[in-house]
Amino acid sequence: MLLVTAYPILYNVYLSLLRADLRFPEDNTWVGLNNYITVLTASVWWRDFWHTILITGVSVSVELVLGMLLALVMHRAIFGRGVIRTSALVPYGIVTVVAAFAWRFAWSSSEGGFVPKVLGMSFDPVATTEPFWNYVVVIATEVWKTTPFMALLLLAGLTLVPDELHEAAKVDGASNWQRFWRITIPIMKPAILVALLFRTLDAFRVFDSVYIISNGNNPNVETVSVLNFNELLTRLNLGVGAAISVLIFICVVIIAALFVKGFGTSLATQTGED
Amino acid sequence: MAARRAAGWGGINAIVVICALFPVFWLLMLSLKKPSTITDGRLIPSSWSFENYKGIFDQDVFNRALVNSIGIALISTVIAVVFAAMAAYAIARLEFPGKRVILTASLAIAMFPPVALVGPLYNLWRNIGLYNTWPGLIIPYMTFTLPLAIYVLSAFFREIPWDLEQAAQVDGATAGQAFRKVIAPLAAPGMFTTAILVFIFAWNDFLFAFSLTSTTAAQTVPAAIALFPGASQFSQPTGSIAAAAMVVTIPIIVMVLFFQRRIVAGLTAGAVKG
Repeated sequence: MLLVTAYPILYNVYLSLLRADLRFPEDNTWVGLNNYITVLTASVWWRDFWHTILITGVSVSVELVLGMLLALVMHRAIFGRGVIRTSALVPYGIVTVVAAFAWRFAWSSSEGGFVPKVLGMSFDPVATTEPFWNYVVVIATEVWKTTPFMALLLLAGLTLVPDELHEAAKVDGASNWQRFWRITIPIMKPAILVALLFRTLDAFRVFDSVYIISNGNNPNVETVSVLNFNELLTRLNLGVGAAISVLIFICVVIIAALFVKGFGTSLATQTGED
Repeated sequence: MAARRAAGWGGINAIVVICALFPVFWLLMLSLKKPSTITDGRLIPSSWSFENYKGIFDQDVFNRALVNSIGIALISTVIAVVFAAMAAYAIARLEFPGKRVILTASLAIAMFPPVALVGPLYNLWRNIGLYNTWPGLIIPYMTFTLPLAIYVLSAFFREIPWDLEQAAQVDGATAGQAFRKVIAPLAAPGMFTTAILVFIFAWNDFLFAFSLTSTTAAQTVPAAIALFPGASQFSQPTGSIAAAAMVVTIPIIVMVLFFQRRIVAGLTAGAVKG
């Protein structure tokens, strides 16, 4: 495990300090932090960075709300739990590429999608001329694919809420809404945080669905991972690509640190030893 | 009252099921259209045909990709579960220094952006001849599935009442028998669950498959789908993609149908019990 992870990571850091460009294979000179300067001063990195933040922020918030609803449904349903759980797991298990194609075909009018027809759109929502709709499609795909995962993590937290508390609160005259906000949410807080953390980190690294939906070259929704991929394998600029990788990793660590710090002990007790 | 509540839940269940399955349904319908009517934007095909399916199975590319996908996913699953079982057994049974470090490291690796490994691996694999081979994909899958597997399995193993082993030995069983007849059956469900999660991961991967392979020698289905050419230079491969997408979705749906309880247990064990 050490060999296959640590070595590439260190090699990656090393590469990021070289002028490793496969178009000039002999010219592997040491350039120090130049690659990082190139990336951080390039408008394209910051553009893609904000795209990623936008996609992550919107899809994770929507997923949290929908996931919570789905978890409540799975928890409270008086019949058909198995059916709900099975159908909810389909989006989770389905190959991301397949999910992305399903959504792209549904929305793309040039590829025979029914959505533009149903909504009476005269334009193609997947075309690069419609940035807003590009986001709608990408985020909708993400939300569809990962809400079940969110819901399952939340459900695990939901089952920890003791029924007696609800009964007691009911006797004291608390409404459903009050009980949800005052009892369920505080007890579930650790589970919510874990779910949010997992999903935020995942969403920040989104690649497959964006790449498929945008055909790999739609600058409107290009995320940092897609930029990274293109830099490495299309432009074959390993040095700059490696620098981007390291920056993405740093972002991920910062996000994780913010979560852990912001929510302190509740997360530590949750992910650490019982 | 009861009837109304039941009807209400029926409605909610229906909404969940429709939301979860509709994109899959759409893809299925698309794959059953005649190639000439693919772009008509109708939800239900005007004429049904299996031409798309026949088309992909006639292509060597897809058949080979299917074999690669199945082979690589199965091998990855077996290796990951065997190694993870050993690691998790040690973590659950023995007290040794660095135990927490292993678990923390597992979590950290799980957070590592996969795209950051693509560059170094691409370069490295080309140099040592692993580019475009089965091991070339299996190794990075190990990197990402082993931590997950160790994490989930140690959560499961911690729940096993290990005293039973001694009890069996007191009753006259040999150490081997005690392990085989008492512990193994208790550990089996956890290992099975882990195997499903690892399999889904390997089956799902697009990023590595797309960047570390180039020909039918090792290309897996998600990568092959993304690179599908049209039947002729001017035709869109929409129908073939839809059909191929349905084929790779079938194993996932079968797994979800039969093992939904296990998948849920595995996902939440890793995240909450951890």
